Amino acid sequence: MTDELIAISILWGFIFIYAVMATMDFGAGFWSMVYMNRPQTKATKIANRYLSPTWEVTNVFIVAIVVALVSFFPGATFMLGTILLIPGSIILLLLTVRSAFLVFSHVAPKYEKVLVYISGISGLLIPAFLISVLPITHGSFVETVNGVSQLRLDRLFTSPHEYAFIAFAITSTLFLSSLLLADYSNEANETEAYAIYRRDALIIGPFALLSSILIMITMRSEARWLYDGMIAYWPWLAASVALFLVAGLALFLPSWRKKNGRGMPRLAVVAIVLQYFCASYAYGKAHLPYMIYPDVTIESGFTHPNTFRALFVTYIVGFAILFPGFIYFWRLFMKDRRYVANDEK
Amino acid sequence: MDHVLTARTLFGTTMAFHIIFATLGVGIPLMILLAELLYQKTKDNDYALMANRWTKALAILLGVAIPSGTIAGVQLSLLWPGFMEVIGKVMALPFQIEIYAFFVEALFLSIYVYAANRISPTMRIVSLTFVAIGAAASAILITNVHAFEGTPTGFRIENGQIVDVDPWKAFFNPSFAVTATHVVLSAYMTGAFTIASIAAYKMLKNKHNERIQLFHKKALMLGLTVGGVFSLLTAINGHESAQLLHEYQPEKLAAAEGLFETQSHAPLVIGGFTDRETQTVKWGIEIPWLLSFLAGNRFDTVVIGLNDFPEEWWPPLFVHTLFNAMVGIGMFLLLLSLVGFIWHRVKTQQIFPNWFMWTIVTAGPLALLGIEFGWVFACTGRQPWVIYRMMTTAEAVTQSTNLGTLFLLFTSIYVFLLVAVVLVLRSYFRRHPIEQHLATHM
Repeated sequence: MTDELIAISILWGFIFIYAVMATMDFGAGFWSMVYMNRPQTKATKIANRYLSPTWEVTNVFIVAIVVALVSFFPGATFMLGTILLIPGSIILLLLTVRSAFLVFSHVAPKYEKVLVYISGISGLLIPAFLISVLPITHGSFVETVNGVSQLRLDRLFTSPHEYAFIAFAITSTLFLSSLLLADYSNEANETEAYAIYRRDALIIGPFALLSSILIMITMRSEARWLYDGMIAYWPWLAASVALFLVAGLALFLPSWRKKNGRGMPRLAVVAIVLQYFCASYAYGKAHLPYMIYPDVTIESGFTHPNTFRALFVTYIVGFAILFPGFIYFWRLFMKDRRYVANDEK
Repeated sequence: MDHVLTARTLFGTTMAFHIIFATLGVGIPLMILLAELLYQKTKDNDYALMANRWTKALAILLGVAIPSGTIAGVQLSLLWPGFMEVIGKVMALPFQIEIYAFFVEALFLSIYVYAANRISPTMRIVSLTFVAIGAAASAILITNVHAFEGTPTGFRIENGQIVDVDPWKAFFNPSFAVTATHVVLSAYMTGAFTIASIAAYKMLKNKHNERIQLFHKKALMLGLTVGGVFSLLTAINGHESAQLLHEYQPEKLAAAEGLFETQSHAPLVIGGFTDRETQTVKWGIEIPWLLSFLAGNRFDTVVIGLNDFPEEWWPPLFVHTLFNAMVGIGMFLLLLSLVGFIWHRVKTQQIFPNWFMWTIVTAGPLALLGIEFGWVFACTGRQPWVIYRMMTTAEAVTQSTNLGTLFLLFTSIYVFLLVAVVLVLRSYFRRHPIEQHLATHM
């Protein structure tokens, strides 16, 4: 593996982790808005209990992505920074309002309703803007005049390709988060909340798959180079679809833990995360060597080799130190039944 | 406004906003940790209560500090892509290591806030220590990038290409230690004085409840003591910072002091406004020989004046006023805590008189103002360079236009959040008044 490949793999790894964590985070915000007015179910409570401790950690990943991009591929940063000024700023503003209000609603119940709406709506808008970075890197929306690169927002927002991606982001957000919350409420023995989130996942799942097919169809005409590349990795795409079916099946099979329970949500979550991993692997592999087609490749944007080596060492040391922290965090908030089931008092 | 100035104004506004929360995010954890430790030592419940209440406030403040820091980090790449290209190649280490510090802070803050009642007292102190370390480390590492901008090392630019990169040499650039220390010490000072301010205000508002008075008096004395210690340390370290400027960025020192002619036995001018036409500082108080002594510990130290540099290299001359304001505030706060401390020793049982209490109320806001002046001075004083003598700010700026709209958008969000944070803090502490807690603890 070359240095460039190692670097882009780390970066893509971060993007994948953030994508999964963030869709769950944003989706949980949305669901807590949807089920806010149904106090008889605990669906909202479940969503919030998951959301409160995790958003700060999730938020660190977005900074980690930006830093990994800047430090590994400073050459790409120049162009990405220039063309992403507007969409990037919109994402920042939404993220800021959302995270501030998540904290505020936790301490000031007086404003809770407004706050839940803000975090719920932004929970759908942010993924839509975030994912737009991908079609932008496909190249056809960037125009270079006199050496100055510009994003043609008019072209971007009239392209079916962009809307296929937006549909994919929103359906995936709702799908992944409802699935995770189903598992989370199952863990907490909240039968009613589990039934609700399981139903939501079953409804939205097919739409998420459909929108990913839409992406492929529009890609064929708008970014042929990428389409051909992805088709070359068809076994990964096939595996991805197969895993989707596994997840669907897992939601129908009888539970092995509970007598009359239905579904194995934990298996479904794992299958879906693997599904997204396979698809994103095929997409990422096909995208190489281009970071922004056709101007920036991973070689042309790469950092100085000395800097890369120093960074690589800090990655190993840094994550070795952080790992126990992550484990501790996971055990306190995801595994500890006292927290998940909220019978601590 | 021209393009570069608009970009600087936008980024400067982001930083000015972020720095309020970032500073308190470094300073308050130390105060919480001290209160927790005092509680473990004295078993006085008031200190546990302080730690508890300050943590609530900290969680709210970090709710703004974290996203505004995210904005600052991403805006660097959006507004200054040329700068970040060099940073990515040479000075990526502090940003990368900062991510780990950020992770440590976020993980353990969530643990301390959301799992406090499920973990042991030892783990609570361990979590808090990690939060404090993570916050301070973030500040140190980000300041390191600022230090590098002033004293860049570890690379050369040859025919527009970056060569001879030594990332660790860039990391340990000459002004790293002194500058980072300055930021951390002043943040601890600001956190402490903010606590003292609030305590003093509460004492003034609760004159007739002795129990509440006693509670806030403890917080006040803790704040004043810690604030006093750190304002002294900040002052000593500030002196080193000035000597560093003398050695590495002489035109910045010259502009800070309004010195035009190179000379030994240079005078120190306090106050006044630098006048470009007459090359003097108008209405300033001149103390002979002192600047030379401060710059090099000897009266015959030659201090280089602005006239030795081409005029296009001069920083804006108003930095003299900013510099004076920063130093003035620092000195005032040092004096304030000294007086308070002596007063407390001499007349142990007596409560401070009203006028003195009101002066303490101003200490927190003043300290924050001092931080703001200091940052504006440090970044404006480096102009026209973004990386000293290597890259100008104009070379680094984005080629995208229409920054004006973004400036309005971001500024209105900042104003909105500032108002929201005040309302939320008030609403929380109104619903959880101190009386309630004191009653349950008695």
